[in-house]
Amino acid sequence: MKSRRILPAAIALLVLFTFAAVFAEQIATHDPQRTSDHSLRPPSADHPFGTDDLGRDIFSGVVHGARVSIAIGVTVAVLSGLIGVLIGLTAGYAGGLVDDLLMRLTELFLIPPRFFLALVIAALFGSTFSTLIVVLSVTYWPTTARLVRAEVMSLKERSFVEAARAMGASPARILFRTILPNALPIIITNVVLMVGGVILVEAALEFIGLGDSNYLSWGYMLHNGEHFMRDAWWVIFFPALAVSLLVLALNTVGDALNRALDPRSNIASPDKPA
Amino acid sequence: MISKLSRLSGRYLLRRAIQSFILILILIVVNFLLIHLAPGDPVHLLAGQSGDEKYYEFIRAKFGLNQSLATQLWIYLSTVVRGDLGYSLGYQQSVTQVIIARIPATLLLTTSAVLVSSFAGVVLGVEAARRENSLIDRSINAFALVGYSVPSFSIGHLLLIVFALRLGFFPAQNMSSASQELTGLGYGLDLLSHLVLPVTTLAVVYVAQIMRLTRTSMLNVLGENFIIAARAKGLSEGRVLYGHALRNALLPIITVVGHDFGMLLSGAVLVETVFAWPGLGRLMLDALAMRDYPVLMGLFLMISVCVILVNFIVDMTYAALDPRIRYGRTSKLVRRQ
Repeated sequence: MKSRRILPAAIALLVLFTFAAVFAEQIATHDPQRTSDHSLRPPSADHPFGTDDLGRDIFSGVVHGARVSIAIGVTVAVLSGLIGVLIGLTAGYAGGLVDDLLMRLTELFLIPPRFFLALVIAALFGSTFSTLIVVLSVTYWPTTARLVRAEVMSLKERSFVEAARAMGASPARILFRTILPNALPIIITNVVLMVGGVILVEAALEFIGLGDSNYLSWGYMLHNGEHFMRDAWWVIFFPALAVSLLVLALNTVGDALNRALDPRSNIASPDKPA
Repeated sequence: MISKLSRLSGRYLLRRAIQSFILILILIVVNFLLIHLAPGDPVHLLAGQSGDEKYYEFIRAKFGLNQSLATQLWIYLSTVVRGDLGYSLGYQQSVTQVIIARIPATLLLTTSAVLVSSFAGVVLGVEAARRENSLIDRSINAFALVGYSVPSFSIGHLLLIVFALRLGFFPAQNMSSASQELTGLGYGLDLLSHLVLPVTTLAVVYVAQIMRLTRTSMLNVLGENFIIAARAKGLSEGRVLYGHALRNALLPIITVVGHDFGMLLSGAVLVETVFAWPGLGRLMLDALAMRDYPVLMGLFLMISVCVILVNFIVDMTYAALDPRIRYGRTSKLVRRQ
C-alpha cells in the first residue's frame, strides 16, 4: 500500500528537521540574523536559498527556524497534553459533579476561536516566546481533556479495572497504573497531531506580526518576505516549504498512528486555523 | 404525538438558548478580566492609545475605573449588553459602526468559500467512498493531507504569485478596482474576479476537511441494510449514493462544518491579510497595528458571540433533522409522562 512508502519518508523528514533544530549552529552556513549588502540575491552556491531584503541568508534562517517551530510545537503539545490528561482523567474517573464542573470549564475554553484568543492575548500581554507557549497551551488542552475523559469513561467499566478495584487498589493507583497505560496510545496520537496544529498557529501568529523578535522563525520570515515576493519568490518559498513539509510529516505520522489504533477511524484530522 | 414532539423540542430549544446566553455573559466577563489582567493602565485598553488626558478622564468616569472591581464589572457588563462596544479614536466612529461596515466583505468571502467547498468536498468525498482504496480515493486523501498541512497564507501566496502576478488572470489585491467607476454588471464581474483567488485559498482547507468527513460518513452508511435494500430495488448507483446514502451521511457533516465556524473566521483573517480584502480580518490586523484596543476587544467579543450563536443554530438544525437528539436529551421527561 501507498502508506508503506509515505510513512518512512515522513519519519525521515521528522528526523531531518529535528537534526536541523538540534545542530542549527553547525548546519547553518551563516549567522541567520546578520545583515549584509547582498540583499535579495537569488539562490546560488554561497546562498543555497538566496538572501532576504537585508541580505540575511535564508538557508540559515530556515535551519534556525526549525528550532523555534519544533521547540514551541513540542513544548505546547506536551504542556497542554499534561493539563488535558490530568483534567480528563479526573473528570472521567470521578464522574458526577466534578465531571460536570470540569467539562463545563473545558467547553468554556473551547468557545472563543483558538486563533483569536491567542491573537488577543499575545496582543495584550506582549508576544514573547514564553507568552506564546502559555497562550497556546491554554487554548489547546480542552481537546485532549475531552478525548481522555471519553476514553477513561469507557475503560473504567472494563473488567480489568474492576479487578484492580476488587483487589483494593487506591483510586490513584487505578488511574495511573491501570487506566492511564491503556489510554496512552490515544493520548500519544493526539499529542503528535497537536504538534502540527500548534506549529501552524504559531506560524500564523508570527505571520501577522505577533512574534518574538528575538528569534528568527519561519512565520517571521514569511511576514517579512511577503513584501518582496513579487520580485524574489525564494524569500517566502523556502520558509513556506519548511512549515508545510514539517506539518505534513507530523500529520502523516499522526494519521498512521491513528489508523494503527483504530482502522475505521478517519476523523482525527488535525485542526488547522486556516 | 406531534404536539408532544414539538413540546420536547421547545424545551430543548429553551435549555440551549439559556445555556448560550450564560456563555455569552461569561465571555463578556472574560473580556473584562483580560482588560484588567493585561499589563498597563486599563484605560488604554478601553479607550485606545491615542487619547488625551481629558478623554481618559471621561472614560475612567464612564467605566468607574476608580471604583471597586465588582462595580466596574457591572458597569462593563451593562455597557456591552446594551451594544456599546466603545469608541475608536483611530476610525473616529463607534466600534459597532466600524465593525458593521466590514461585515459584508467577510460574509461574502466566507459564504462563497463554504458554498464552494461544501459542493466540492461532498462530491469528492462521495467519489472517494465509492471507490474505497482505489487510486482516486488515495489521491483525494493525499490532497486532503496536503490541504491540512500547508498554511493557508502560503496557499494564498502561491495562487497570488502564479495567477495574479505572473499570469495576470486575476487582480492581486482588494475587493474592487479603484481605478474605474463601475456599476451593474461591470461591478459584479469586477467583484467576482477579485473574489476568485481569496475564495479558492480559503476553500482548500474546507474541501479537505469536508471531503474526509464525507468519505468516513459515507463508508459508515454504505454498510447499512437500507442501502442494500435500495440496491436490491434496482436503483441506479448514483441514486443510491446521492439520494439514499448521502442524505444520511450529511448530518455529521453539517454539525462539524457548523461548529468550525470559528476556524473559518480565523482562516478569513489570514486570507484577508494576503489579498488585502477589506473585511473583519483586515480590520483586526489594522487595529492590532494601530493598537486600537477597543476595536480589537470588540471584534474578539463579537466573533466569540457569533460562534456561540452559530453553534446554537447548528444544534437546533441537528435536532430538527434527527429526532433522536430530542429524545436522547429528554428521555427522563418522556418516561415520567
